[in-house]
Amino acid sequence: MATILGGIATSHIPAIGVAMDKGLEQTPYWKDFFDAYPPVREWLYAQEPDIAVIFYNDHGLEFFHDRKPTFAIGAAAQYENADEGWGIAEIPPVTGETELSWHIVNQLIEHEFDVTVCQEMKVDHGLTVPLTLMWPGHRYGHIKVIPIAINCERHPMPKPSRCFDFGKAIGDAIRSFSGHQKVVVFGTGGLSHQLDGQRAGFINKAFDQYCMEKIVDEPEALTKFTNFDLVEQAGSQGVELNMWLAMRGALQGKLTELHRSYHLPISNTGAGLQLLATKDAV
Amino acid sequence: MSQMSQIPGNIMFDGPMATKGYPLNKMCYSFNHAAARAEFLADEEGYCDKFRLTAEQKQAVKERDVIAMLEAGGSIYYLAKFAGILGLNVQDVGGLQTGMTTDEFKAFLVKQGEK
Repeated sequence: MATILGGIATSHIPAIGVAMDKGLEQTPYWKDFFDAYPPVREWLYAQEPDIAVIFYNDHGLEFFHDRKPTFAIGAAAQYENADEGWGIAEIPPVTGETELSWHIVNQLIEHEFDVTVCQEMKVDHGLTVPLTLMWPGHRYGHIKVIPIAINCERHPMPKPSRCFDFGKAIGDAIRSFSGHQKVVVFGTGGLSHQLDGQRAGFINKAFDQYCMEKIVDEPEALTKFTNFDLVEQAGSQGVELNMWLAMRGALQGKLTELHRSYHLPISNTGAGLQLLATKDAV
Repeated sequence: MSQMSQIPGNIMFDGPMATKGYPLNKMCYSFNHAAARAEFLADEEGYCDKFRLTAEQKQAVKERDVIAMLEAGGSIYYLAKFAGILGLNVQDVGGLQTGMTTDEFKAFLVKQGEK
């Protein structure tokens, strides 16, 4: 059976990708943020995962409002990145996977998550920045990625509790897959930020720290929130916590928190990094 | 979801706003392509007409008024692509919406870490 090694939650803001393109990692603004990543990379490289399931939100590269899925999953052998319109450099194609993808799709539908399935899908910074952070220099070609997009843009969007349950159904599907693949699950985005309106620039450090504390052993405390609560407490884009909750939902049993860090501000956000290992990770 | 409007300074992007903003957002979505960005810059008004923007949306675009674009149904995901054409980043856009200079807005962000 396939095993889930653990979950990694990380910010996915475009400015990170731009900073890496420009080699700014050790400049004063960025140093503390980037210095948090090597320990997480070391764990990841030592575990040698075969597949990365990445929860992210599309910001208007693949999906426009003409057809905007609530939940979408990729089932393709490869995913392309493309011009997003405002200057982040495009990155080489991401390797995909189809067998586990289809197994997850079958299990999701069986368990009443009627997900949109994409056999072609452009992946944006929501997915590519975390990949680049984990494997700098575009050295991610060996890892097979299953992208899972959650609507975090237009209300109505899936509830935090639903995102957690969606992640749980995906975790169960992975654990029931008859292979020997090692899987790592990513929750991306967040934490608190608000890009739009007179409230732009809103960040809530105390709430972000509360979320990072509770997500380890008490995620139910977070799934009680409504999306309205998240907008109020974490800003209009703070609903990206839903991707962290999907990641956490996929994990089962006793977890070991191997890393937690938080930096503010990174661009307009409170940027969190967290690593939760399952008992199946060494 | 109407309670969402009770958060001061927050313009909820919901279904009715997505309906209202559709032409504006569709135009900004086109800016994923370099040729579209060039076409817009060559003839802004003509490009707005091509996407059938409302008079309110055209005016907001013309005046680079971010709050007015949001009120006209703009989604920040797509307005960010428009801001990119103008060479503005999210701190610049934050400043424009809050009446601060970019440096004041950046200082405001830093200050929130000191709470």
